[in-house]
Amino acid sequence: MATIKNFFATRWGIVSAGVFVGVFAAVLQKLGNPGNMGICVACMERDIAGALGLHRAALVQYIRPEIIAFVLGAFIAARLFREFKPRGGSSPILRFFLGFFAMIGALVFLGCPWRALLRLAGGDGNAILGLAGLTAGIWVGVLFLKSGYTLGRSTKAMSFSGWVFPIAMVALLVLLLVAPQFGRTPEGTPTGPIFFSSKGPGSQHAPILISLLVGLGVGFLAQRTRLCTMGAIRDVILIRNTYLLNGILGIVVAAFIMNLVLGQFKAGFTGQPIAHTDTLWNFMGMALSGLAFALAGGCPGRQLFLSGEGDGDAAIFATGMIVGAGFSHNFSMASFATGPGPYGPIAVSIGLIFCIVLGFTMREKIA
Amino acid sequence: MADKIDARGLSCPQPVILTNRKIKEMGKGVLEILVDTDTSRENISRLARQSGWQVDVKKMDVDYCLVLKKD
Repeated sequence: MATIKNFFATRWGIVSAGVFVGVFAAVLQKLGNPGNMGICVACMERDIAGALGLHRAALVQYIRPEIIAFVLGAFIAARLFREFKPRGGSSPILRFFLGFFAMIGALVFLGCPWRALLRLAGGDGNAILGLAGLTAGIWVGVLFLKSGYTLGRSTKAMSFSGWVFPIAMVALLVLLLVAPQFGRTPEGTPTGPIFFSSKGPGSQHAPILISLLVGLGVGFLAQRTRLCTMGAIRDVILIRNTYLLNGILGIVVAAFIMNLVLGQFKAGFTGQPIAHTDTLWNFMGMALSGLAFALAGGCPGRQLFLSGEGDGDAAIFATGMIVGAGFSHNFSMASFATGPGPYGPIAVSIGLIFCIVLGFTMREKIA
Repeated sequence: MADKIDARGLSCPQPVILTNRKIKEMGKGVLEILVDTDTSRENISRLARQSGWQVDVKKMDVDYCLVLKKD
């Protein structure tokens, strides 16, 4: 066990986790997931929000098993390696809104940092703008961190509080498998409370069992190696450390090769799957997300893996993202293939103001 | 008497920032850092070794005490 534990903490450990994500993201796409969306934490949480009726965008509603499995895979790894530590209380309401606005930004770009990497590996040039925005947002976050920004300390929590989020994921799995339809329209037709898309990206998915197995593998490996896209860029800027960067390079290279092998690579800016070509808002959407992730201490994937370890603050961030997805579609803030939604730009601006206010006001002398 | 940092409960990357600032300020000597997660333990150890400090990890109940040394 000690040998395995040591391997995961090495450069090759995190490279292998990244390669696993890259390879299986391409495979999940081949098996049915939407284009360049074999894995995307933001898009998949958005689909879950839709399936639960938190928004009614009919094309993006499905309970994505990958998200469930990310949390449960991390939970299993944390239990197995004695790292399951229920904790919380570090500015939960602020973390909720950081998650909320991170999702608003991600849905203006159309993807989380992982999908930005996967879009790049699939040939989508717009991802370059997203990754540039992500880096800019993280850079601003690093400036705040260096000048004393903090959300305060978390404290140890009762055991059950660490179990709640993994249990909620099991409940989601039951809803996925049962898909209850006990709601009724005025005409008496069954509808909801679970909604699954019959066309569009929400209807495109790999077989549930395969999605679950891949998700468990990703959750397990990412918990062990601390894989985090935001952290990778942040650590290079902050302390010139490239440990986490190896993971995201693994994702891009592996997904690129697999996309070539599977015939999924298509270079260009226009006509890319679930993407738009608006330079400014591809950049600004991800800049907001990057800043929010930096201020919250992890990319959306990392927040799910921390939730599996018993981190209640990370679970609240993830919940904020799911609620944010509901608002994003209900308030016409999410982008379309033609460009940003009518209220996307103003929502990104509000999100940036929120993050900057936090950056300047959340300070505490700690050492 | 070693310098001390209590980084327990702080989320990533604050324990690393505090350590980085302190070891730059000290230059050499002995620094003790308390952390409560394996991630912080790994990140601080990586940073310290990268900066030429020796790292000794002591397990204390559920927390860790990292002793950083540089002559």
